[in-house]
Amino acid sequence: MLSWLRILALVRKEFLAILKDPKSRFVVIGPPLIQLVVFGYAATFDLNDVSFAVYNQDRGSYSRDLVSAFDGSPTFNKVAVLNADREIAPRVESREVLLVLRIGPRFTDELLKGEPAKVQVIIDGRNSNTAMIALNYARTIIRDFNDRVLAERGAAGAPAELIVRAWYNPNLESRWFIVPGIVGLLTLVVTLLVTALSVAREREQGTFDQLLVTPLRPVEILIGKATPGFLIGLSEAAVVISVALLWFEVPFRSTVLTLYTGLVLFLLSAVGVGLMISSLSVTQQQGLLGAFLFMVPAIILSGFATPIANMPQAVQAVTLVNPLRYFMVILRSTFLEGASFEALIPQFWPMAVIGLTSMALAGWLFRHRMY
Amino acid sequence: MRLRGLMRKEFLQIVRDPSSISIAFVMPVFLLLLFGYGVSLDAEEVPIAVVMEAFGGEAVSFAAEFRHSRYFDAREYVDMREAVTALRAREVDGIIRMQADFAERIGSPGPAPIQLILNGVDANTAELVSGYVQGSWLNWLQHRAEQAGQQLDIPVEVEQRIWFNPEVRSRNFLVPGLVAIIMTLIGALLTALVMAREWERGTMEALLVTPVSMTEILLGKLIPYFILGTGGMLLSVAMAVWLFEVPLRGSFGVLFAAASLFLLVALGMGLLISITARTQFVAGQVAILTTFLPAFILSGFIFDINSMPWFIEGLTYAIAARYFVAILQSVFLAGDIWSVIVPNALALMGMAVLFLGLSRSRSRKRLE
Repeated sequence: MLSWLRILALVRKEFLAILKDPKSRFVVIGPPLIQLVVFGYAATFDLNDVSFAVYNQDRGSYSRDLVSAFDGSPTFNKVAVLNADREIAPRVESREVLLVLRIGPRFTDELLKGEPAKVQVIIDGRNSNTAMIALNYARTIIRDFNDRVLAERGAAGAPAELIVRAWYNPNLESRWFIVPGIVGLLTLVVTLLVTALSVAREREQGTFDQLLVTPLRPVEILIGKATPGFLIGLSEAAVVISVALLWFEVPFRSTVLTLYTGLVLFLLSAVGVGLMISSLSVTQQQGLLGAFLFMVPAIILSGFATPIANMPQAVQAVTLVNPLRYFMVILRSTFLEGASFEALIPQFWPMAVIGLTSMALAGWLFRHRMY
Repeated sequence: MRLRGLMRKEFLQIVRDPSSISIAFVMPVFLLLLFGYGVSLDAEEVPIAVVMEAFGGEAVSFAAEFRHSRYFDAREYVDMREAVTALRAREVDGIIRMQADFAERIGSPGPAPIQLILNGVDANTAELVSGYVQGSWLNWLQHRAEQAGQQLDIPVEVEQRIWFNPEVRSRNFLVPGLVAIIMTLIGALLTALVMAREWERGTMEALLVTPVSMTEILLGKLIPYFILGTGGMLLSVAMAVWLFEVPLRGSFGVLFAAASLFLLVALGMGLLISITARTQFVAGQVAILTTFLPAFILSGFIFDINSMPWFIEGLTYAIAARYFVAILQSVFLAGDIWSVIVPNALALMGMAVLFLGLSRSRSRKRLE
């Protein structure tokens, strides 16, 4: 028989251990919120300030038009006008400019004669993702320029046109993708830290042996240790979700029930993994290290910033035991796609399995890992 | 002499608790393998649905453009509804649709529409896919014009030159950035707990009554972990160069000097956390929240710093990893660019002095 009274006493003690010290109270509550706001603004793939330089050898009107098309774009910011080839390298190398637009001396002539003209775009590839995005922006500007030139010549234009529509996120704002992801990230960090040190702290201080000789059964210890992490994680997540909705104004298109079912199952798995790490470790340093060794790969391999589909097959298989992977899908489909409860069941059950397995292992380790 | 005793004790503690050794050596290997293989922004073989409601030769030739492209894994559908179901289930990243009147309209004046529907949830991937599709579309227009014996009229062609990373391998910029993240972790984790542990266990009081000075205690903590951290750093660089084949175009000396400097900053930060926190729980929490996540998100490792709002951009100046990532990406990919190295190295030096100085002044031989 489980004794709820005994469990309640243990839960109360656990809460006291975490919240009685003002510093430790602060680190559980403060930083996640600060981080949500900071990262919500910082973590975006959209470029809005691409510094570029122009080396224009042409004196004609077409090259001026092209340069002013770049000047007029809100994305590009001209910081220098160059007058020689050798000026290009230092500007790019020192990261003063990301992109250099180099227009040859016969640009206007060639366009007037109807010959193909070329414009060179030199771009700093040190961050290849930024480089590709900037290059796409530049191509768009040049394509619009081409359309204007063709219209001027009265040409027929292309026989087919491509009409691009993005569902769920029509303006392709990467913040809508990242902010729901941060909800998962911070929930994992907080929950894991609270639980990963809970058993390790008692082991290090020797009080865990005392706990084992009390009438508390391992299952009761497990529930008592799991509850505070679960409740703290739940309330943090609730606050973080509200900030995502009210401050960052990410749309929410599904039901609250669907999202919170996912959240509860995710917390179950995160608490389970945290307790398992904690009961494996003898010192708090080991607990912290264990939490880290789980958390860092869990974040990287969750699809938070880089898609799982881009990973090699073997790594994709590893992600199947990562609870954050499933929660990321749930967050993004409830926020943006308006997914139904049934559609997310394939994401729900793996988290439940991970949670129950790790909890069971943690409970078993309580008695079997003695040192 | 006293310092040697302290260092010896610290080394014994490192050797006897395997977790310190694993932080310095096992973690870098594990993380680099995982990240180096796991993190990629290069989408290849993008699954895409091609819906042909029209069966003209034009539609078939356009669909073939995707079947033969190495960027796409094209799946053909006849019914739009099936394609939409596949898009919703994330089986495909986008739908290309040619409506039933496509063949007719391409023969008549005015452009015939081709729809491209993307799943915009992952905006970055959607952006990339849209770029690839436009490339294929242009190719197709060109082929088509050539077959008709015409020249496709494109007034201005873009000639792209991507410096430092011409084949646009995202691994080339991610792996050097990872070295910075891993070293942040090593440095901060190694030292974050060491002082807090002594306070919590009560051994700090025992140390305080001995004749050792506070500076000696701090150095005794710092030097062993610096040596350990250097080992971890060498391992990471070796893996980056030989395993992931990231070109090292700058000199190893510059890389080593910058890395040592950064390690000092990271260790100093860990030490300061450790001194301020006094309990391992708080020290651990603070170490994770102030080191790993900011180094991941605010360092320019993945997200472009220039595009952040000004108040966040200002904040990144307080993140040591920002300077180190800038040096690493340049030294690996571009060479010894002094205009990048010098200012960033100076910033790192300033931060090292600040953190180590603060650690020294905040630790007194006194009980509270």
